[in-house]
Amino acid sequence: MSRGNGLVPSKLHGTDVLRTASVGLHTRKLRAALSALGIVIGIAAMVGVLGLSESSKSDLLAQLDRLGTNLLTVQAGTGIGIGSGELPTEAAGMISRIGPVEQTSTISAVAANVYKSDYVPEGQTGGITVQAVDVNLLDTLAGSVADGKSLDEATATYPTAVLGSVAAERLGIRDVTGTQQIWLGDQWFTVIGVLDEFELNPDLDRAALVGMTTAEEFLDHEVVPSSILIRVDPAFVDEVTSVLAATASPQNPEEVQVARPSDALEAKEAADDAFTALFLGLGAVALLVGGVGIANVMVISVLERRSEIGLRRALGATKRHVAVQFLGEALLLSAVGGIGGVALGWAVTGVYANVRGWSTLIPPIAIAGGIAAALLIGAVAGLYPAIRAARLSPTEALRSA
Amino acid sequence: MTFIVSEERSVPAAGAEVVLSLHGVTKEYPTTPPVRALRGVDFAVARGELVGVVGPSGSGKSTLLHIMGTLDRPTTGDVTVAGYNIKDLSDKDLSALRSRHIGFVFQQFHLLSGYTALDNVADGLLYTGLNVTTRREMAHRALLRVGLGHRLDHVATKLSGGERQRVAVARALVGTPSIVLADEPTGNLDTKNSEAIVELIHQINDEGVTFVVITHNPEIAEAFPRTAGLRDGRIEYDTGERR
Repeated sequence: MSRGNGLVPSKLHGTDVLRTASVGLHTRKLRAALSALGIVIGIAAMVGVLGLSESSKSDLLAQLDRLGTNLLTVQAGTGIGIGSGELPTEAAGMISRIGPVEQTSTISAVAANVYKSDYVPEGQTGGITVQAVDVNLLDTLAGSVADGKSLDEATATYPTAVLGSVAAERLGIRDVTGTQQIWLGDQWFTVIGVLDEFELNPDLDRAALVGMTTAEEFLDHEVVPSSILIRVDPAFVDEVTSVLAATASPQNPEEVQVARPSDALEAKEAADDAFTALFLGLGAVALLVGGVGIANVMVISVLERRSEIGLRRALGATKRHVAVQFLGEALLLSAVGGIGGVALGWAVTGVYANVRGWSTLIPPIAIAGGIAAALLIGAVAGLYPAIRAARLSPTEALRSA
Repeated sequence: MTFIVSEERSVPAAGAEVVLSLHGVTKEYPTTPPVRALRGVDFAVARGELVGVVGPSGSGKSTLLHIMGTLDRPTTGDVTVAGYNIKDLSDKDLSALRSRHIGFVFQQFHLLSGYTALDNVADGLLYTGLNVTTRREMAHRALLRVGLGHRLDHVATKLSGGERQRVAVARALVGTPSIVLADEPTGNLDTKNSEAIVELIHQINDEGVTFVVITHNPEIAEAFPRTAGLRDGRIEYDTGERR
């Protein structure tokens, strides 16, 4: 392109822009690496936090999917004015007559203690409760057996018990090979199974479970429901929830607590979200500090490279070419930091998710956003030094050499 | 194109093409008190000349070089390079003028340390818009001209002082500029290398390249076909072409 005065304007090709921008990185490698490190840490923190949050969320969704969100519990309130801890005997029957209810399972708290043997002092109950349960409990709770088997119609009439995971641990029973016996309600019970953790009802992890008939016949227990577990048609969860209290106890509906255990998991996730926001904030601060680091290095670089700036002006570089060179260098530094940060964040997420048994999920927005944030920081950090470099008069730049 | 040059300092022979001319050039730096570095300089260089400008430190040599090289503008007076009066040119135009018409050789060489001799010389064409292959081919030829054909791929830091200055000379020549300005080109070299560089400058001038060499060393300046003496911001004497 020729101008009116016949001079061919100075020109810098795109690839040469990249080349001049990399001069500083090329000649001062360690400094470049250290200044990019700030950005690496900031971006890695943000990508890691978003990745972990996403991975744990996907794990929760899988968990909820497995356990179902259609489990409801009805529990008798205990305490003055809020109930006696007992539900009406016919509560389960009435609840099962609500249309969308698919399954009910009754739990009745038994006033008995469990010990490893009859030698254990009475006070050392280990916090283990005894619960009389329906045989369909495991099915309703989507629970599973770790060893042995669960209660069935036959074993639910004998002095046999199934232990929740925590109860088994406290009683020192890992498996049911041989004959494992426990001292329950002043008599020996045989342990026929140990259960896995109940993700939806951790209270039962600390219980020894016996059949309803067993409780009546061997423990002198009058079966009064203390809580009822209900599986409903997922489409009608809210509707069923709203009528459950009145159905379970028409006379004292205010004494009935209705809960949806999956809500607790979701609440936990919401709490995690709050932490995610906090860590994102910390990541942003790290990024900002990284940006200040780059700005600092660039300012020093401009001071140190005055003679190079002078030389380039002498070779025909315009002010714009000089500004573009230094801005490009800042962008290059931050891009290296951004890419390194995404890689590191990804790796950290991968390792942590692997340890927790989650699948690694990095939201694409975290990758794109991470690199974009790094470039933005680099642009802001590089702008002032670049302008300063461009404004340097060629003679001043050469004189100071 | 007309040039008004003072009688006794009018140098280019009649009919010779003038590539650089300064007329009534003053330069004042706005310090307190103001420094008058140049106090009315009239000076012209014709194509193919080799001029030594000699003067003690503080005589205004560097200021003169910067103004001849369009790195700075005079306070008053006219500067014309390759037919362009720099008064009419914007800052951007001056960059364009330098990239096409002026080559520089500095006392401190100013090479990029991590880059090879070839890349350093090719950088002399960086802002001309030529593609990288062409730039490197031309750089190769320029390095052959200064006798560094065997050092093409050596990084700048691995070269001796004399070799570095040869690379710098090659970088100044590579774009076939109208004029090459050398600022104390031997200032950082020992006697042997100084002589070699002066010899190189003579040799390249013989090939038709116009040179202005600024130095504080009268011995070097006297060896050139034409010498101008600078003192207190004025041209004290000008021998004209001594051939």
